[in-house]
Amino acid sequence: MTSHYTDTMISNCRSIIDSLDDYVIHLEDIRETVLSTMVMVNEIPAPTFKESARAKFLVDRFSELEMLHASVDEMSNVMGIIPGKKGKRDILVAAHLDSLFDSTVDHTVTLEPSMAIGPGVSDNSLGVAVLGTLPLILERIDMELDANLVLLGTSRSLGSGDLEGLRFVLEHYKKPFTAAVCLEGIKIGRLSFSSIGMLRGELTYRIPEQYDWSKFNSVGAIVDMNDMINRILEIPLPRKPNTTIVLGQMEAGTSYNTMPIKATLRFEIRSESDEIVEDLAKKITFLAEEMTSKTGALVKFKEIARRKSGGTDFSHPLNTVSREILKKLDITPRITPSTSELSALISKGIPAITIGLTNGENAGELDESVEIKPISKGLAQLVALLKAIDLGCTDES
Amino acid sequence: MSPDTWINKNTYHHSAFADLKELVEEKEKTGLTISLCIPTLNEERTIGKEVVIFRSELMHRYPLLDEIAVIDSGSKDRTLEVSSSFGADTYLSADILPEEGFRKGKGENLWKAIYQLKGDIIVYIDADIKNIHPRFVYGLVGPLIKRSEVSYVKAFYDRPLAFSDSVRPSGGGRVTEILTRPLFSLFFPELTAIIQPLSGEYAVRRDVLESIPFPVGYGVETSHILDVYRTHGMKAFAQTDLDQRVHRNQETRALGKMSFGILQTFLTRLISYGTIENKQEFQTVLRQFQVRNNVYETLEYDIPEYERPPMNTIDAYRKSRGMPPLQKNSLEP
Repeated sequence: MTSHYTDTMISNCRSIIDSLDDYVIHLEDIRETVLSTMVMVNEIPAPTFKESARAKFLVDRFSELEMLHASVDEMSNVMGIIPGKKGKRDILVAAHLDSLFDSTVDHTVTLEPSMAIGPGVSDNSLGVAVLGTLPLILERIDMELDANLVLLGTSRSLGSGDLEGLRFVLEHYKKPFTAAVCLEGIKIGRLSFSSIGMLRGELTYRIPEQYDWSKFNSVGAIVDMNDMINRILEIPLPRKPNTTIVLGQMEAGTSYNTMPIKATLRFEIRSESDEIVEDLAKKITFLAEEMTSKTGALVKFKEIARRKSGGTDFSHPLNTVSREILKKLDITPRITPSTSELSALISKGIPAITIGLTNGENAGELDESVEIKPISKGLAQLVALLKAIDLGCTDES
Repeated sequence: MSPDTWINKNTYHHSAFADLKELVEEKEKTGLTISLCIPTLNEERTIGKEVVIFRSELMHRYPLLDEIAVIDSGSKDRTLEVSSSFGADTYLSADILPEEGFRKGKGENLWKAIYQLKGDIIVYIDADIKNIHPRFVYGLVGPLIKRSEVSYVKAFYDRPLAFSDSVRPSGGGRVTEILTRPLFSLFFPELTAIIQPLSGEYAVRRDVLESIPFPVGYGVETSHILDVYRTHGMKAFAQTDLDQRVHRNQETRALGKMSFGILQTFLTRLISYGTIENKQEFQTVLRQFQVRNNVYETLEYDIPEYERPPMNTIDAYRKSRGMPPLQKNSLEP
């Protein structure tokens, strides 16, 4: 703990760390409730912009648990408040409701003795389940906080949703948040307290209907888009600041023997420097214009989402305490920059951290899985962190 | 009573019982205890989820269930290991009432559950439901808790995936609509009001369960309905819409075997009630066909519908429930 704390505070903060083993033991009982909630959450499809059914489930949970102001807002965000003893400060705990998977995907979960398997269980049904169980989790270890806990299931978080749900809440919530904790299903040990600069973009390639195939000797949208990809990959990227371009998704063509006339490439530029993100976006825009003039096809670049880089320092007390909690739980902290909820919080100057709740595999695949046993440690990590924030152990001097 | 009148009075949607706090309070007022029986045979993929959801939601959060038991017919997979790892009481059907022997079949597990489980109400839920949810239990026990005259609550599933008109067909699966409902229409028209008589999910009061025989095979649901109807009439029944049930779909051939078993049970009942006469024994072999290298081959399946007697005629059961022994040579308790 850093030196600006009083002796009482240091002692209180230390006692939280010392209680972690007890938390793990006591929270094993509640793991079953978290699992059952996770299964029910996961089996309600919630692709981005279509979260309302999952939101209804969560708000019903909040109401059943007699949380204050349990409600769904116009963006399908779900909010509920666990009132604190003093209620002078508000701590935000958030988990995104939306999932990568379309409603047509079979969302059924299979439970095995050691793991749960199903599309979306780690991203982010487990996070939502912990949010929906948090009052019971705190009750199980008799933990009452002085601050209000504001629980928030956020909508429109992923992809083109661009954190719209969380941004809406941050614009309209009347009181400042002391700090925020974002919940992700995997992986335990993950600590994200900085947001990297990000631009999510889409390149569309379309051959106009009046296109003269014989004149241009064209090979169609796929080959031209392939050429475009090669040109993007040729753009030199600096080693410092860390920068990468992720080519994440592509669609083109309809059959074996039909010349494709449309292609779409979705990608993400990530960099620790906002200037480099901007520079790379300009270069890709230029490549699109060049391809248009070269092929006669319409190649368009569209910006879908953008995040600014930022965050708290490694030495910020919120991050120091988070690392100490993990070390006490025998988990090696892994510092990972984030492009998710964190960046919206950071941009509002709210000290925020994203934590993982258990281990898992195959994220984003149909056989996505989470391990059951480490969930108790994930819960212990969360409650200890909330208590530490409540006691002021994570405040900057 | 016309089917429409009965349906209006006795058909529920599970949402009518979704206030679990209130339902548990009502249950406590009545003093009833409720046991859940999940009969299994090689269900390792779905059983874990059923146990976790029911234990967590309906024992820990809301104490609606007093007991959850998995009764297994001898699974070759990890059904029992998975069930017990998530906290269910697990039993091998063959180990229950061993002096009565063991017959393989779902009905055997249901019958033995009456001996093994303690509740005043027993809820039976199949283990192969992919979209399991607490409504499968509270939707079925709700009418029993709230209406003392109801003894037998049957599930049906009526949420269409998409339908634009205000009128749409409703009913059961292929066997119900091709076999069971036509038979009910012929002989017991009132029973046609039960929308899905063959559904594997139902909740029943013990005093009714212990007094009816149990076919161990395909005919168990049909025999229940006929026997309870004959003894107690339509007033004993209610039914609850549990929305959608996602499960494995059966091939037509498998449904043929099921229909064969049900038909045997049905005809046996008609004869025992004196509704029809039969001067020869039923055959128990079902024949189906396949073609191998352009040659037709007969496949023969022996499907005898063995029946267990009412549980209240079994000495060990009577003893365990503090009932006086039966007089010798008497089947009446």
